[in-house]
Amino acid sequence: MSKGSPISPALLAARPAPPAAPARETVPVVQASAVRGPNAVVAPTRMLGSAAIVRSLEELGVDDVFGLPGGAILPTYDPLMASTKLRHVLVRHEQGAGHAAQGYAMVTGRPGVCIVTSGPGATNLVTAIADAHMDSVPMVAITGQVSSAFIGSDAFQEADIVGITMPITKHSYLVTDAQDIPRVLAEAFHIATTGRPGPVLVDIAKDAQQATMTFSWPPRVDIPGYRPVLRGHAKQVREAARLISGSQRPVFYVGGGVVKGHASLELKELAELVGAPVVTTLMARGVFPDSHEQHVGMPGMHGSVSAVTALQQADLLITLGARFDDRVTGVLSSFAPNAKVIHADIDPAEISKNRAADVPIVGSVKEIIPELTAAVRESFATQERPDISAWWKTINHLRDTYPVGFSQPEDGLSAPQQVIKRIGELTGPEGVFVSGVGQHQMWAAQFIQYERPHAWLNSGGLGTMGYSVPAAMGAKVGNPDRVVWAIDGDGCFQMTNQELATCVINNIPIKVAVINNSSLGMVRQWQTLFYEGRYSNTDLNTGHDTVRVPDFVKLADAYGCVGLRCERDEDIDATIEQALAINDRPVVIDFVVSRDSMVWPMVPSGVSNDLIQIARNMTPTWEQED
Amino acid sequence: MARHTLSVLVEDVPGVLTRVASLFARRAFNINSLAVGPTEVAGMSRITVVVEAEGDLLEQVTKQLNKLINVIKIVELTTELSVQRDHILIKVRADAATRLQVTQAADLFRASVVDVATDSLIIEATGTPEKLSALLSVLEPFGIREIVQSGTLAIGRGAKSMSDRALRSA
Repeated sequence: MSKGSPISPALLAARPAPPAAPARETVPVVQASAVRGPNAVVAPTRMLGSAAIVRSLEELGVDDVFGLPGGAILPTYDPLMASTKLRHVLVRHEQGAGHAAQGYAMVTGRPGVCIVTSGPGATNLVTAIADAHMDSVPMVAITGQVSSAFIGSDAFQEADIVGITMPITKHSYLVTDAQDIPRVLAEAFHIATTGRPGPVLVDIAKDAQQATMTFSWPPRVDIPGYRPVLRGHAKQVREAARLISGSQRPVFYVGGGVVKGHASLELKELAELVGAPVVTTLMARGVFPDSHEQHVGMPGMHGSVSAVTALQQADLLITLGARFDDRVTGVLSSFAPNAKVIHADIDPAEISKNRAADVPIVGSVKEIIPELTAAVRESFATQERPDISAWWKTINHLRDTYPVGFSQPEDGLSAPQQVIKRIGELTGPEGVFVSGVGQHQMWAAQFIQYERPHAWLNSGGLGTMGYSVPAAMGAKVGNPDRVVWAIDGDGCFQMTNQELATCVINNIPIKVAVINNSSLGMVRQWQTLFYEGRYSNTDLNTGHDTVRVPDFVKLADAYGCVGLRCERDEDIDATIEQALAINDRPVVIDFVVSRDSMVWPMVPSGVSNDLIQIARNMTPTWEQED
Repeated sequence: MARHTLSVLVEDVPGVLTRVASLFARRAFNINSLAVGPTEVAGMSRITVVVEAEGDLLEQVTKQLNKLINVIKIVELTTELSVQRDHILIKVRADAATRLQVTQAADLFRASVVDVATDSLIIEATGTPEKLSALLSVLEPFGIREIVQSGTLAIGRGAKSMSDRALRSA
């Protein structure tokens, strides 16, 4: 059985959920104990701090860790070698360990774990930690630290990683006493996985790893300042139901919190009861099936006309686990000007941060949505609700008139959108798609049909180029039975492709589609649109009619991967099918595509979402409201 | 911008002051004063911080502060419902000719003289920022050599303790 399968319900629109007891995602919102894992009892045993780290991870139920050893973490790598429960994947760069832990967490719902050494090992992890922080990914990063006697002395490979990561972690620890190791690790896992998930850093001094301590399990976890609110306030839930019952133009604005909260089925039940349009943000793609008739697209800077307009013209936003990010709202003051806002989120600091909420509900969407469903059902039964068919007519008109599409490039090369679309279609909804950042990311969000949560991974908040390959590697470790695609750009791919070595050596057969337009495509698009086509430093020389440095096929070959190249439309399907047939090695496909393709629609930066363009200088024709 | 006094109950662990202070810095808040010390509960410290901020931003910072794992509780203390005091030590010029005038001025403010030298005195005073600034202006003509002042300390009026409810569930 796939490790990730318990949280991957077959969420297909064609198959309605059984009426009696739908198979809910089984990851519990609250564990009975604050200590994760099976909570086995271990009687006090003398061991080294390093052994206590490994043993704690085992007791916490960890199976896979990603890391790279070095001086300050060396003591821990010794008992790690002896562990039969932990599989350690040796990466080629610490950033890869971090993104792999993220990818693992995103598909399994379990915390990703990475282990690196002090100083440069720890600072190489910073980007991945920041990424996990922005996208609320449960992750525990263990870093070695120089011995406590040397801390603060500018010792060899010393960096104040707790200080460096303070603004980008949910919490962090510096451990200098071996006896603290089990408790701190248990707390770190508890904090990383509960409430709004996030990265927790545990920095462990070398002398704490080398000292003898008494290990017992489970440790006592008591964190007085950490009490995440899970249940929504009943009065607010009733008020939300009242607003929904009176709304003529409601929209579900669904964010990544619903994915993290494993509440896709709960959402479907509520959405179908209310019958309102649903938009899924970049972080929420798949949490509501794309094929569902109520799904009207992705909102935001590169969202569909129907999704962007649904939010703009709504009279009520039913916001679930979303955070009114600037890429969604455009100019905030002109965003959804006539809408009241229901905002449910587990993080109270997100509520009314950017857009004031009329009905704030703090809590887990897993708990709030069913209660809201019950309240709405009751409300619908007792009062007549407004007819929303006119609203649907408007939305459907936009959806039919302005579907997300693309035009064939004039230079005779393949359209990148076509490549990505076919990867999605030939792989099917059970695959996992992991993108880098840029044009290919937007196209992968637009042109792959997502039918289930945890199938789409990307770096949404931080926008980390280079996320794709290592995150796909982590996803494949977490979901070994699924086809995992890294959909990458030629720029992104060159940032982290050294993890192909990790994939080959450790038998992690991911598939990498390099959407090769020979340039930093999104930057180039902005240069085309806003800098009169002055292409400053965006040419990468990897594509058609260039020197091809590097040659991605040769590079794949050098790593022991299968390297393929596809340069013509008529070869796209055959190449993808060839890649899908290879399961014993990673496959890298160099898809040579046009560099002139652009991401549309687009809301130009700094203007209202009302000024969405469907192509260059082309805006939709708005119907007069009657 | 209005001045707000926040009382922040925190776990007494390394780095906690950095975590709190850096949150204010991230939001470009100006900290007017900050005072930190132990409380009646072992392992708990209390930070009193005076900031200038607009209401909405203050709410956002308070929420962000609450997200810090080591922060147990935050309350805003208004001047009406709390006692707020600053503490100051003032080194002022005073020779045989002026010493008596200086000590009389200190008496008027219920300040005390805590060190005497041939040509200077150190005066210790406690009070609201307004009272202390009045004392300083009275001493000014004699010649102020050096001052050192604490951050504001604040405590809510009445029988309730800030740590009561925060720790009961712990």
